[in-house]
Amino acid sequence: MADAYIYDAVRTPRGRGKKDGALHEVPSIRLAETVLRAVRERNGVDAKAIDDVVLGCVDPVGEAGGDIARAAALLADYGDTVPGMQINRFCASGLDAVNFAAAQIMAGQQDMAVAGGVESMSRIGIAASGGAWPSDPEIAIKSYFMPQGVSADLIATKYGFTRADCDAYAVESQRRAAVAWAEGHFSKSVVPVKDINGMTILDRDEHMRPDATMQSLGALKPAFAAMAEQGGFNAVALQAHPELESIHYVHHAGNSSGIVDGASAVLLGTKEAGAAQGLKPRAKIRAFANIGSEPALMLTGPVDVTRKLLARSGMKISDIDLIEINEAFSSVVLRFMQAFDLDPAIVNPNGGAIALGHPLGATGAMILGAALDELERTGKSTALITLCIGAGMGTATIIERV
Amino acid sequence: MDINTLREFKVTVEPDGIALILWDMPGRSMNVFTENVIRELSVIVEHVAGNSAIKGAIIASGKPDSFSGGADLTMLEGIALRYAAAVKTKGEENAIREFYDETRHLTLLFRRIETCGKPFVAAINGICVGGAFEMSLACHRRIVSSHPKTRVGLPEIKVGIFPGGGGTQRVARLMPTDHALQLLFRGDQIKPDFALKFGLVHEVVRSEDLLDAARAALRKGVSPIAPWDEERFKLPSNKVFSPQGMMIWPAANAIYRRETYDNYPAAKAILQSVHEGLQLPMDQALTVESRYFAHVLRTPEARAMIRTLFVSMQEINKGARRPKDVPPAEIKRLGIIGAGFMGQGIASVAARAGIDVVMIDRDEDSAKKGRTAIETKLAESVGKGRVPPDKAFETISRIKATADYHALAGCDLVIEAVFEDPKVKAETLGRVAALVGDTVIASNTSTLPISGLAKAVSHPTNFIGIHFFSPVEKMMLVEIIMGKETGDRALATALDFVRKIGKTPIVVNDARGFYANRCVGAYIREGQLMLQEGVPAALIENAARMAGMPVGPLALNDEVGLDLAWRIVKGTRDQLGDAAVDLHQFALLQALVEREGRLGRKNGKGFYDYPADGPKRLWPGLTQFAQTARDPDAIDVATLKQRFLIAQALEAARTYLEGIVTDPREADVGAILGFGFAPFTGGPLSMIDGMGLGHFVALCDQLKAAYGERFDVPASLRDKASRNETFYPRAPHQAAA
Repeated sequence: MADAYIYDAVRTPRGRGKKDGALHEVPSIRLAETVLRAVRERNGVDAKAIDDVVLGCVDPVGEAGGDIARAAALLADYGDTVPGMQINRFCASGLDAVNFAAAQIMAGQQDMAVAGGVESMSRIGIAASGGAWPSDPEIAIKSYFMPQGVSADLIATKYGFTRADCDAYAVESQRRAAVAWAEGHFSKSVVPVKDINGMTILDRDEHMRPDATMQSLGALKPAFAAMAEQGGFNAVALQAHPELESIHYVHHAGNSSGIVDGASAVLLGTKEAGAAQGLKPRAKIRAFANIGSEPALMLTGPVDVTRKLLARSGMKISDIDLIEINEAFSSVVLRFMQAFDLDPAIVNPNGGAIALGHPLGATGAMILGAALDELERTGKSTALITLCIGAGMGTATIIERV
Repeated sequence: MDINTLREFKVTVEPDGIALILWDMPGRSMNVFTENVIRELSVIVEHVAGNSAIKGAIIASGKPDSFSGGADLTMLEGIALRYAAAVKTKGEENAIREFYDETRHLTLLFRRIETCGKPFVAAINGICVGGAFEMSLACHRRIVSSHPKTRVGLPEIKVGIFPGGGGTQRVARLMPTDHALQLLFRGDQIKPDFALKFGLVHEVVRSEDLLDAARAALRKGVSPIAPWDEERFKLPSNKVFSPQGMMIWPAANAIYRRETYDNYPAAKAILQSVHEGLQLPMDQALTVESRYFAHVLRTPEARAMIRTLFVSMQEINKGARRPKDVPPAEIKRLGIIGAGFMGQGIASVAARAGIDVVMIDRDEDSAKKGRTAIETKLAESVGKGRVPPDKAFETISRIKATADYHALAGCDLVIEAVFEDPKVKAETLGRVAALVGDTVIASNTSTLPISGLAKAVSHPTNFIGIHFFSPVEKMMLVEIIMGKETGDRALATALDFVRKIGKTPIVVNDARGFYANRCVGAYIREGQLMLQEGVPAALIENAARMAGMPVGPLALNDEVGLDLAWRIVKGTRDQLGDAAVDLHQFALLQALVEREGRLGRKNGKGFYDYPADGPKRLWPGLTQFAQTARDPDAIDVATLKQRFLIAQALEAARTYLEGIVTDPREADVGAILGFGFAPFTGGPLSMIDGMGLGHFVALCDQLKAAYGERFDVPASLRDKASRNETFYPRAPHQAAA
């Protein structure tokens, strides 16, 4: 079996996902074009060598609908021969795109591919693509559908994380992100989004709140209490977990991932294909896995998928030097660290989506890039990248520097 | 069949081409849909459609103050039997197809009314519910009278089915989706002004103007095309998959689960029919609704609920157990001894039913206090708009409070409701008996054997138990307890009284705890024992509610009083020895009551704490009673749920086999009304019959091995199971609706 190597990873800065966000004026396809162009041009890759473009997108409707990957590849001057495919596994789509491309390469069916994701949450709107899962009674009832924030509160309640625990985690994420920007930890991978004249629209993550403190977060009201109580979702949570008397509402905008716009791309290939383009691989995809987890808790999939992945690849958690786990909500990361009894220092060392934002379909490839940069910066070898996923799933990938 | 030889309808074609269809079934006080009604109505609709002299039609009732109560649900039992037979002879899929076809006759008939090309007006006076209102919804205009008895509604959900005659589709096209779902879920009967406000009807007029209003509408012009069959029709809440839909459906699904614990297939089918139906044109939407209807009708839940909550309930309320040859007792004046909580409740419901009440307590002050308490409650109800002010005034005016026992003169029935102590009760009963001659005397005891109390009265044949449940105003069940010597007149009087106050009676024989409280005791004990096994208290309470019980066993125990439970357990041991009680339960109650001073809600400390400023919370100290700490994730919730229902059902079976409750219908209706036994099962004996006695016995044997002697199956039940018997007769239950 061939090895799949990572040659490069780029991302846009993450723009605040609101009407006043800097990237709100930029169509989804332009975000995708930005990273596709950057990852090819800065590596001097001949587009004809690229076998496929795989992009994750969670709400592929409207301007993001109808296979945005092919449209973006054409726009980015990849030429007629490079096809494109859009995939969706909710929040892990960007990482699944990388895994999908890697699998093609490992299987010997492709030599070089670009994988990543795009999401303009300010333009499309979260959950704009609808779907049977929350709406159709048959499946919604069967799968204990509830909004993710309520599941996050359920996780905090079940595993004993208080409001203070969750806020403290969020403050630390903000602090780490601020340090990372100040010290240039993201400079390798962030490419600015520019207008048609070449003027920069955004070159820095826009969602960060480095001034966040326990006190400032303490003033925020729980975001999901009213929805849970009035919409009946608290009852759904308790029927899934009847060992609990009530749900403690601990999450709010300050300790949940930020809504942002952005795109990401990773260049993958065999050793030979890279060499043919004059490239040196930065890392190797060592292993990856997907799993379904309990749908009511919904966001504990990273624990299950990591166990599965470690077992499949004959590794122990102590073999991992660095972990990037998507900060969908504080309780997701806290539960992950609790389950594996981890040193917080090796988890999301440059902050995560609470500070930087979570552009749904793009995030997976973004945090893979962040892990790669950090391994190189610190001279470490092995990183695990994982994300929790709607409807109870988990995706994880282990990369290793070469 | 000819339009002039109809039995259930009279059709008159008026000179201006309006066909007046009067529904007036001979020999019935209320019109219902029967197979013959469906046949005749089909003929009428085709006649209207095919006769060019007829311009439009009015459907009205020939009954003075009712339109129709909907379908005769016993008709469904017949269809179900034919299905069961067809499965054997024709195979499952063919049988289901026939069943589906048969159960959508009304759907197709109503759709034919809607699309036949002639305008139909429903002119509704009096009650119009279920299939009758579904038919009205298919008419092109609905005019209702302002008659005080006029109500429209779709109450099918209450007996485990749903409006499967197009009701879900038309309501959801008339009202915003969230309102429509609420209407379909709740099954409420709606007054004319609300029906107009919600857009369910077009017009409200005086009863005497009803037919003229219908004629006027037709003359003015009523479109024979339903709004939803027009090209330009827009759904009230936009498309299902739209931002508006996303605001509605996830919450609707969650609220369904909150309200039903996913135990009621009919409620889920409402959601499914509406969700899928709103995405389709009407004919296909009706097909989808019919598919769900045929599915729900074949669920054990629907069969059990129809039998218990419709058929049996009707039979019991009509006096199934009343001695036939005793003339009706007219209760005009009621004596109540004891102006405490129960006495007040009984006085209040009796007075509301138009009975004059004399409420007696040991001194004037106590009696007056009781009356004031009733007055306060009535004022609250008036404030909340539940009771009209004049009705409240009439009610309280009927209640006389006094300490003078001579006021009992002229009472048609006297109910004793004093403190639950044999001595106090005996003294009171003796005093009453000496004053009232051969008037029937009843005791509202919840625990004391009637035959024992009967020793205090001079005519034990005229003495009976009438056990009300608390709170009396809300609880619909009354247990009538026959002492050894209780005679027919006492029984008939008690039943006539209960009927007059609008409650449902079950007649049981005398034994400790009678019927309901024995089952409730088994339920509460199961929860207490789980606590000691190390099941987290929250899990106990939630599992019980998930099993279908309205209140968790620990919360229920708090309401009843832990001290009362402790007194009963202690008393039982004192009288009958260690073997008669569960020593774990004994130790738990002893520790809670005597060591911790936790008496229940009454002192703000029971299994729960009751803070003044918030909802009750389980007392964190409960963990000390766990004999082992168990990982909640390793506890099988299904087994907990099963234990709650099986413990109660086994106790119900014991009371039946001991001859305490003598009619399965009463055991089931009593369990659902008296203590909220999971209604979707149809009651404990229906549940056992449904799973099969053999299976039930095997389950009890397993539970006995795992959890103890209390699951021991009596020999009589084991024999019954080995003979492959059931509690209900196997033959179809045909009842006159």
